[in-house]
Amino acid sequence: MSRLRVVFWKELADYFGSLRFLILFIIICITGSSITYIASQTIGQGLTKMSVEFIFLKLFTSSAGALPSFTFFISFFGPLIGIILGFDAINSEHSRGTMSLVLSQPIFRDSLINGKFLAGLTTVAIMLMGIILVISGLGLYTLGIIPNLAEILRIGVFFIASIIYIGFWLSLGILFSILFKRTASSSLASITVWIFFTFFIYMVASVIADQLAPVTHTATAEMITKNEYLKNMIMRISPATLFEEIAVAVLNPSVRVFGFILPAQVKGLIPNPLPLSQSIMVVWPQFVGLIALMLICFAISYVIFMRQEIRAT
Amino acid sequence: MEWIVETNELSKTYNGIKAVDQLNLRIKEGEIFGFLGPNGAGKTTAILMILGLTEPTSGKVEVYGYDATREPLKVKRVSGYLPENVGFYEDLTAKENLRYITRLNGIPDKEALLKIEEVLKEVGLSEAADTEVGKFSKGMKQRLGMGAVVVKNPKIAILDEPTAGIDPEGVEQILKLIVKMSREQNITMLISSHLLYQVQRICDRVGIITKGRMIAQGSIDEIGKEIMKKGETLLEVQVSKVTPALLNSIKEIEGVKDIEKSDNRFLVKCDRDLREKISRTIVESGSFPLQMRTQDYTLEEIYIKYFREG
Repeated sequence: MSRLRVVFWKELADYFGSLRFLILFIIICITGSSITYIASQTIGQGLTKMSVEFIFLKLFTSSAGALPSFTFFISFFGPLIGIILGFDAINSEHSRGTMSLVLSQPIFRDSLINGKFLAGLTTVAIMLMGIILVISGLGLYTLGIIPNLAEILRIGVFFIASIIYIGFWLSLGILFSILFKRTASSSLASITVWIFFTFFIYMVASVIADQLAPVTHTATAEMITKNEYLKNMIMRISPATLFEEIAVAVLNPSVRVFGFILPAQVKGLIPNPLPLSQSIMVVWPQFVGLIALMLICFAISYVIFMRQEIRAT
Repeated sequence: MEWIVETNELSKTYNGIKAVDQLNLRIKEGEIFGFLGPNGAGKTTAILMILGLTEPTSGKVEVYGYDATREPLKVKRVSGYLPENVGFYEDLTAKENLRYITRLNGIPDKEALLKIEEVLKEVGLSEAADTEVGKFSKGMKQRLGMGAVVVKNPKIAILDEPTAGIDPEGVEQILKLIVKMSREQNITMLISSHLLYQVQRICDRVGIITKGRMIAQGSIDEIGKEIMKKGETLLEVQVSKVTPALLNSIKEIEGVKDIEKSDNRFLVKCDRDLREKISRTIVESGSFPLQMRTQDYTLEEIYIKYFREG
């Protein structure tokens, strides 16, 4: 659809020309260099035989003291990036007075919201690709390690998961930009949701789990497992948890279970790295959940936007 | 096809309140039609329905034979719309803003660039073509809005309050532009406004709307006659001395319908101009006519009268 393309390119150009993108660009530079710094400091300490095979992935997962790892960075700041790109997508058009001008042109209404969403996703993809390439390049330079095919594929999967994760926050931002007339309200609402899912979900999960399966001094292993299980399941409402689990499984080939592990489960386990397909199998439910969250959120925005009436003010 | 815009019993209800109530609007090809009414009369809502941006609760709109509800894209292709308080992308230049519009209309870039130059010249923004719109004054934005309307080569231009909030000089420029575009490019114009006296002089025909209802439609003369269709003339008479006998004898003149007294003045309603007879009667009663004038209904008065009633 050619009109969609027109909106897409215009929005993309807008994102790239805006102050926000400059800020994002600075973030890219800072994270890229600091993460490579951490990696070059920490990699090499305590390498086991298994991790040597996937040493390139360590660039993305290692952290040192106060400096976070790349995966943590994405799970924590990714939402902010999505929200920054999306929170004023629709209501700024209203407040600027451009909405009725654009909609009075011969375009389908959904071209506008689709174009905006796709342009946002593309911006996110370009930015992530930038950071990943910076880290890989600096890693190659400082460590002199060449990634093997399995590592490149794993990074590719992680890249896609990150886009979907940030895409969820982008569509959430767009949803609030449709629901709220003022950009201040929509940004606050988006940030509230982000804070809830990032900080409060853990407390909520603990409280509910402790109510349903209290852990006392006399608790059996079964009770403790149940408590942990409940907590994990509730935390998985949060896209941040889903994304973290995907990142852990994809970037650490040895991970095969999450949460509480009973000795019985590990008995006889050979600590070999999993092939990529098996790692993906481990987090497949999380993957599907994340995609579903993004799509549902976008679908809701889409429907509300299409039904929203243009009114005389 | 005589009418190019035709609405039939067009109605729109918002939460039980009728914003537009059984509107029948007719516009001829090539004319400048003034759509007049006070704020909140339903002008913008009617325009949004004509453009197919809002669905009517009931009734039908046809623009160039296209049903605005069923084929909004076709309607939007032939019509240019200038919204009230038009806005542009502030960090894009005037040219880039128009370029976006031509692209949304699927006009090839080569053709569009020439057209944009031409349009910017026409609206007097050639020098500001590469300036960001954020730095534009309200009047400049409005002229750019006019440019955005004509850049897509519309058959009909729908301008919502094109002169609101602009200084007198700016208003003059906009009105000249409207007339020029209408005459030179043969674009039919629908102009909504609450500022009657500004718009009236460039309109071929007007429609007056209050509370969602069209109360009069036609050329200004026609509306004037329509208002006076009962053939009423109102005379304001001031005399030196008012006596009940005088009033009675005036009332007895053939053609006088009603008389209303206040101090030494009175208002006489009659079915034709009876100034001669009335003054004679006054003199015969021993009083003198000091002043006597007919109250014509100017459009302004009609307008005010309707708006008060509404």
